[in-house]
Amino acid sequence: MSAMVEIRSVHKSFGSVEVLRGIDLEVAAGRVTVVLGPSGSGKSTLLRTINHLEKVDRGWISVDGALVGYRKSGDRLYELREREILKQRTGIGFVFQNFNLFPHLTVLENLVEAPLAVQRRPRKEAEATARRLLTRVGLAEKADAYPRQLSGGQQQRVAIARALALEPKLLLFDEPTSALDPELVGEVLDVIKDLAHQGTTMIVVTHEIGFAREVADTVVFMDGGRIVEQGPPAQVLDHPRHERTRSFLSKVL
Amino acid sequence: MPSDILDAPAVSAAPPGEPDRAAPRIVPRRRTGQWASAAVLLVLLALALVSVVRNPAFQWDVVADYFLTSAVLRGLGLTLWLTAVVMALGFALGTLLAVLRLSANPVLRGIGWGYVWLFRSMPILVQLLFWFNIGALYPVVLGVKTVDLLSPVAVAVIGLTLHEAAYAAEVVRGGVLSVDKGQLEAAQALGLGAGRRLRRIVLPQAMRSIVPPAGNMLIGTLKGTSIVSVIAVQDLLYSVQLVYHRTYQVIPLLLVATLWYVLVTSVLSVGQRHVERHYARGTAGAR
Repeated sequence: MSAMVEIRSVHKSFGSVEVLRGIDLEVAAGRVTVVLGPSGSGKSTLLRTINHLEKVDRGWISVDGALVGYRKSGDRLYELREREILKQRTGIGFVFQNFNLFPHLTVLENLVEAPLAVQRRPRKEAEATARRLLTRVGLAEKADAYPRQLSGGQQQRVAIARALALEPKLLLFDEPTSALDPELVGEVLDVIKDLAHQGTTMIVVTHEIGFAREVADTVVFMDGGRIVEQGPPAQVLDHPRHERTRSFLSKVL
Repeated sequence: MPSDILDAPAVSAAPPGEPDRAAPRIVPRRRTGQWASAAVLLVLLALALVSVVRNPAFQWDVVADYFLTSAVLRGLGLTLWLTAVVMALGFALGTLLAVLRLSANPVLRGIGWGYVWLFRSMPILVQLLFWFNIGALYPVVLGVKTVDLLSPVAVAVIGLTLHEAAYAAEVVRGGVLSVDKGQLEAAQALGLGAGRRLRRIVLPQAMRSIVPPAGNMLIGTLKGTSIVSVIAVQDLLYSVQLVYHRTYQVIPLLLVATLWYVLVTSVLSVGQRHVERHYARGTAGAR
């Protein structure tokens, strides 16, 4: 199985605070990787470096064989132009904790915005795709609603559909259920599970241990800007080798 | 403490001295003071109105005579034209300045800041007189005499626009800053280019906080253009001044100008309400 995402000795600091201290990770195509860890462990930052929303200070990341944000020449990495970075991002869907739907656009307009503007698809085709995606997340009848008229769970499902509209080869989820009322978490996780079963490559940062157990092929546990351990959920969640992982799991379970 | 709150309705459900289960009738408190003060104010207002209408010194017949004369209407036309041009150019330049001030480049940021600082510091009257006399500094530009190049109307447009842009820049910048940072990140994650992000995602949302102060500025500009009468531009105010310099009917002619300003301002206020409703779509306040 080839690596869809390859992360090599990635370092990142915000001012004097080092949030990523040398991350190495491989994600195979078609697999689901769930990243767990306490707040401030650097998991969200790591996710954001994968589509270059944050620049790395050291190391490199490649998605589907292409370096993210840089071009290698000799022993140097040259930062790409904005245009090229934007093009790379269209291959990587990102789902935010706070949904970040565009509130002044209808659900359908949210979904077709990028396909129209970035991929220059004909409007008819983009809208047809958008409606198909909305059906897939169970919101076909909400196409003309504004985001504010939807529940949090519905908004996040729209956000997932919006990320899918560009037909990305990789999906990144940054705590997709953390901003939701407890009774709405399930509907969003169901959509993500459904995508997982269809073989979408994804990396999910979350606090939902049950979801990790059920869906993840690999669970990664991070703490203090490092990966403490990783492996299949049965191993990491039920027989953690590290004390730090054990104490984290004992608190959240 | 939560238990206190939960208990409270249970107690009030059966008020003391009210044995039957039927809901008691609610009698609102009498607001005698409010009624009395409203009545007094209405009487005062009526008295003022009567005195304004009946005082012959206001010369309402003269007001009526001049209200629709072609000189006044021409002045009104110029005032409206000047307001529209200055608002359009001022906000175009102001948006550009706001983008400069929000730029990651410190030099561009500094230039944007410097412009706003300079043109907000200079009284508009001084600025108009300065542009009016620019010929003293640069008598010839590109082989043309500056005096020929800049008519009084051109001076008015330049001076008012540069002034307006400084304020517009702050209004637009405030609007852009009011948009959640996540919106920009979502747009970036979707691969939208910088221009598209600004035009399609940020500015439409910024408009909600831009429109109210912009409406204020529009009305301010409408009346503010009257300052161009000092450089003999024949706007509404200058047109009535020309008449009363001849006829000495100062008060009624100033009333003519005032009534027109009030009329146009009222129309603009109604327009502003509609624009605000348009940009509020998709938000909690939208109907």
